[in-house]
Amino acid sequence: MGRTLAEKVWEQHVVRRAEGEPDLLYIDLHLIHEVTSPQAFDGLRMAGRTVRRPELTIATEDHNVPTVLGPISDPVSRTQVETLRKNAAEFGIRLHPMGDAGQGVVHIIGPQFGLTQPGMTIVCGDSHTSTHGAFGAIAFGIGTSEVEHVLATQTLPAYRPKTMAIEVKGELPVGVTAKDLILAIIAKIGTGGGQGHIVEYRGEAVRKLSMEGRMTVCNMSIEAGARAGLIAPDETTFEYLRGRPHAPSGEDWDRAVDYWKTLRTDDDAVFDKVVEIDAATLTPFVTWGTNPGQGAPLGSAVPSPEQFADPVERSAAERALEYMGLTAGTPLRDIQVDTVFVGSCTNGRIEDLRAAAEILRGRKVVTRTLIVPGSMGVKKAAEEEGLHEVFKAAGAEWREAGCSMCLGMNPDTLKPGERSASTSNRNFEGRQGKGGRTHLVSPQVAAATAVTGRLTAPADL
Amino acid sequence: MDAFTTHTGRAVPLRRSNVDTDQIIPAVWLKQVSRTGFEKGLFAAWREDPSFVLNDPAYEGASILVSGPDFGTGSSREHAVWALQQYGFRVVIASRFGDIFRNNSTKMGLLPVVLPEDVVKRLQDAAEADPKTEITVDLVERQVRSGDLVASFEIDDYTRWRLLEGLDDIGLTLRHADAIEEYENGRQPWLPTTV
Ligand code: SF4
Repeated sequence: MGRTLAEKVWEQHVVRRAEGEPDLLYIDLHLIHEVTSPQAFDGLRMAGRTVRRPELTIATEDHNVPTVLGPISDPVSRTQVETLRKNAAEFGIRLHPMGDAGQGVVHIIGPQFGLTQPGMTIVCGDSHTSTHGAFGAIAFGIGTSEVEHVLATQTLPAYRPKTMAIEVKGELPVGVTAKDLILAIIAKIGTGGGQGHIVEYRGEAVRKLSMEGRMTVCNMSIEAGARAGLIAPDETTFEYLRGRPHAPSGEDWDRAVDYWKTLRTDDDAVFDKVVEIDAATLTPFVTWGTNPGQGAPLGSAVPSPEQFADPVERSAAERALEYMGLTAGTPLRDIQVDTVFVGSCTNGRIEDLRAAAEILRGRKVVTRTLIVPGSMGVKKAAEEEGLHEVFKAAGAEWREAGCSMCLGMNPDTLKPGERSASTSNRNFEGRQGKGGRTHLVSPQVAAATAVTGRLTAPADL
Repeated sequence: MDAFTTHTGRAVPLRRSNVDTDQIIPAVWLKQVSRTGFEKGLFAAWREDPSFVLNDPAYEGASILVSGPDFGTGSSREHAVWALQQYGFRVVIASRFGDIFRNNSTKMGLLPVVLPEDVVKRLQDAAEADPKTEITVDLVERQVRSGDLVASFEIDDYTRWRLLEGLDDIGLTLRHADAIEEYENGRQPWLPTTV
């Protein structure tokens, strides 16, 4: 019987397999940042252990960093960043600190440097590590104990997750983006729909996505509960990688591409679970609730809890409406927002910024609007294209790279009761600041919303 | 890691689904570089509501959290596990868990127990009717017992053994250093390094 892509990549990395035990899996790349690593390094020191392969490890500062120039004013945040610097120096790990040209959100810089490649295993103490699956890698988030484990051994004991196919049939209509697609997928299968599985996104609409769109889709696999999400590499992948600083070159490139071409699910392979989505029926999609599965087409209305047959979903919807300050039946297009955020590892790449700029060109924003590049590399590229001028002319704020308003760990937050349209990935209670209310949207919808102050699609302008 | 064999304690019924790790420990609490003191941040936002179940003195000292489905979804922050443990919880019972949270728990010796939703409800009802209700979670027998309720749960043999013995994963892996080295010698030359 044939094998799925995930099975092929997994098998390639098994260091040791024994009856009744998890596989010991080799890790090709370990990404670290300031938040989930300090206790792991402490653990190493306490046990007198070293980092086995510092040259397969890379560190960046992202979660705590302010996105305006200047030092970190919060002393606790500063200590955390300084701790990472100390640990990186002590254990010989490459670090991209604030202000460095290579700094950025951990899941943006891996692909940007060409460190993320097909067929690899990639981990990070961060659940959105699934982003890297866009290249046909098995990439997943781990906790701090596991970070310590990977630092010490470059391996992880793990049971192979089950496999799930999400087949996206047909083509996405014009104006419907990768973000709309993944939000619709999560709404369909639920926040637990992917639990215990590695999801492979397949089908025509997925193949037609750019690498950046694929990263947006894989990024939010965790929001469907999946352990990881991936997409088979193809010419789009190879073209994206060619010439990047850490991509193979010369003969190595040819050999690598030959291998990468084998990384696809065999025709006779069987997935443990299959879900089908019809791309042609999709429209811009937004969330109305407090988990990423609580989403709906922008053209619809805030649902009534009674619409949910399942009692657990019904009470979750009741709670969500209360927290969000929304009334069932309100058209989503009537929801007024205070803040628009374009950025994060979901939608902080150059294509996302281009999409937002296209809508904001020659228009004015009526809300507080933060445009935050995912990395200094993205920032530089955007400025070379003059996108920053477009944003500034529209009245938006053009910031330095970081996680920014994706989570309330740095100065960019919502105040209690404030409402945002955000291109990030989590609409949890308090995610963007205590009492803040988040609607997850695409960069296109975010930009259009900034212009009207209400949830809006570009086509409405 | 502390070993876990059997634990008997009182339970807190948490009647919510999708308790994501941002709720268990909000992001502002993640700035600490130590491993201690997280109990203060446990459910920090929800605890501001006086009617939140953890604020009910009747549940003081309870050590088993019985939650609605999809507990521990979202962020990979192991701080969520530390916060629960430091607050005094030894066990979380739910019908479904976020994968990363469940993994993190077993690394730290916090036992995640998966039971069917109707059994979870019965345990919640019992703890609500009488907060003094005791629940026994027996990892040796893979059983949860309370009054006349006896429910079996599944956990793989390896994780169970590790928890029963309180074994450190890294130590176990380092026993296979030869296998790791052998694997490394066969890796493809084009694979990237960060230097
Ligand atoms: S941008 Fe948001 S989701 Fe991505 S790594 Fe930063 S905080 Fe996490």
